[in-house]
Amino acid sequence: MPKVTYVVPDGSVHDVEVPAGQSVMDGSVRNNLPGIVAECGGSCSCATCHVYLDEEFAGLFDEATDEERDLLEFAEGADARSRLSCQLIVRDGCDGVRISVPDTNG
Amino acid sequence: MTHPPAGAGSRVVVIGGGHAAAALVGLLRQEGHTGEVVLVGDELDHPYHRPPLSKKFVDGELEQWLRPPEFYGEQKITVRLGEQAVAIDRAARTVALDSGADLSYDVLVLATGARPRPLPVPGADLGGVGALRTLGDARALRKWIEEGRRLLIVGGGYIGLEVAAVARSRGVEAVVLEREERVLARVASPELSAIMSGCHTDRGTVIRTEAAVVALEGADGQVRRAVLDGGDAVDCDAVLVGVGALPRDELATAAGIETGPPGRGGILVDAGARTSDPAVLAIGDVTCRPIPGVEGPARLESIPSATEQAKQATATILGKPLPAAETPWFWSDQFDLKLKIAGIVAPGTQTVLRGDPASGRFALFHLVDGRPVAVESANASPEFMAGKKWIGAGTRVDPEVLRDADAALRGAAL
Repeated sequence: MPKVTYVVPDGSVHDVEVPAGQSVMDGSVRNNLPGIVAECGGSCSCATCHVYLDEEFAGLFDEATDEERDLLEFAEGADARSRLSCQLIVRDGCDGVRISVPDTNG
Repeated sequence: MTHPPAGAGSRVVVIGGGHAAAALVGLLRQEGHTGEVVLVGDELDHPYHRPPLSKKFVDGELEQWLRPPEFYGEQKITVRLGEQAVAIDRAARTVALDSGADLSYDVLVLATGARPRPLPVPGADLGGVGALRTLGDARALRKWIEEGRRLLIVGGGYIGLEVAAVARSRGVEAVVLEREERVLARVASPELSAIMSGCHTDRGTVIRTEAAVVALEGADGQVRRAVLDGGDAVDCDAVLVGVGALPRDELATAAGIETGPPGRGGILVDAGARTSDPAVLAIGDVTCRPIPGVEGPARLESIPSATEQAKQATATILGKPLPAAETPWFWSDQFDLKLKIAGIVAPGTQTVLRGDPASGRFALFHLVDGRPVAVESANASPEFMAGKKWIGAGTRVDPEVLRDADAALRGAAL
């Protein structure tokens, strides 16, 4: 099972196994990690699951849809690495991915 | 209300199994609470996502757990389902359940939610008449739609319109009766009401405003028609009642805990989710609380509000700083429109439309003294996100730039 590393707002690092087909958000919620609030439950409505994905891992996930880009444009602290973790679907090749979670998800 | 926090080792009993309760128990563990945590839910299901019940109840998966059932055990959270709290003994700090159990607590959190407001007319107990709050309600409604029953929806609020949209998308007849002169009268601006009304009518929803039901009539125990106050009637095979919700605050009232002003009701809490009893907190739809942009304590039924209060309660229990006042927001999905609303819509604002409603992408900004106090958006996430930020920061905006959909949104902030 792919292992995803979450760097959460207090700086602590959590390695979590996320089943292929689930999202990076699912992995966080499932393991009760802080920082990803995920109010809308993963329907790309709320932008409370904002994370940073380093460029080296970007190609492992589908590109952001227009809808996701629209939500991120004005998200607090958004930059070129920003993604909504509900849209980052983990697959087998994602083992070793590292995600940083900001403390601004409301 | 300056009481010492109960602390990380306290025994917390949460009454309720909805979004607020589930968010709280997760947050407590995230924030380092180590004491016993017990969640008592009167439904038999583990806490689940409620918004899909009115939005995706036909095509989507209804049972969307907020956390997988095994989560609670792993987090050392005791979940008691199918049990209801019946009385609080504040002096002894115990809460009695209908199963006969007595649970002692250091902190009691009331997250009992709201119940659908009943329709006070003869025939409301006929078969085929229901409200929408729980998974069970949604399962019944799904069946009606699948059977192609002609659906009469009493109440043109968000739930009623969301259900109408699902029905119409499946080719099922849907008639919406609204007592007020416009749909979404309590929650949306007149401009948004008009747009949504048009959007529904174009897709075959029949909307009748200033129409009050005085009786439901049936045959063989099944509803067949609704009689209106004007005397005419609407034939139907099923009735969804969506006329608002009432706070389930009886436990608190019976225990002498203060409730909100008449007409609003709900358990009165402060910005730290504290009630008039220092050992009792309340969160979610059952509360009446200070809300930015609203005069006096008010009730706000929404997922973001429940999440916010779960954070407040966590901070209060653990003695951490309370979260900053939030900008309320809300979402609704109807047909291909994803509506997102931030702030509180009130009369007397300057309204600026950006984008063309006919294109399915637009935003209504509502300004007071040049500052947005609310934004209602459809398929317009940048406008929603920017508007929400501006509302919270009290940013002044240039209405002319805002109005010009070709002008960069960032340029509207002064």
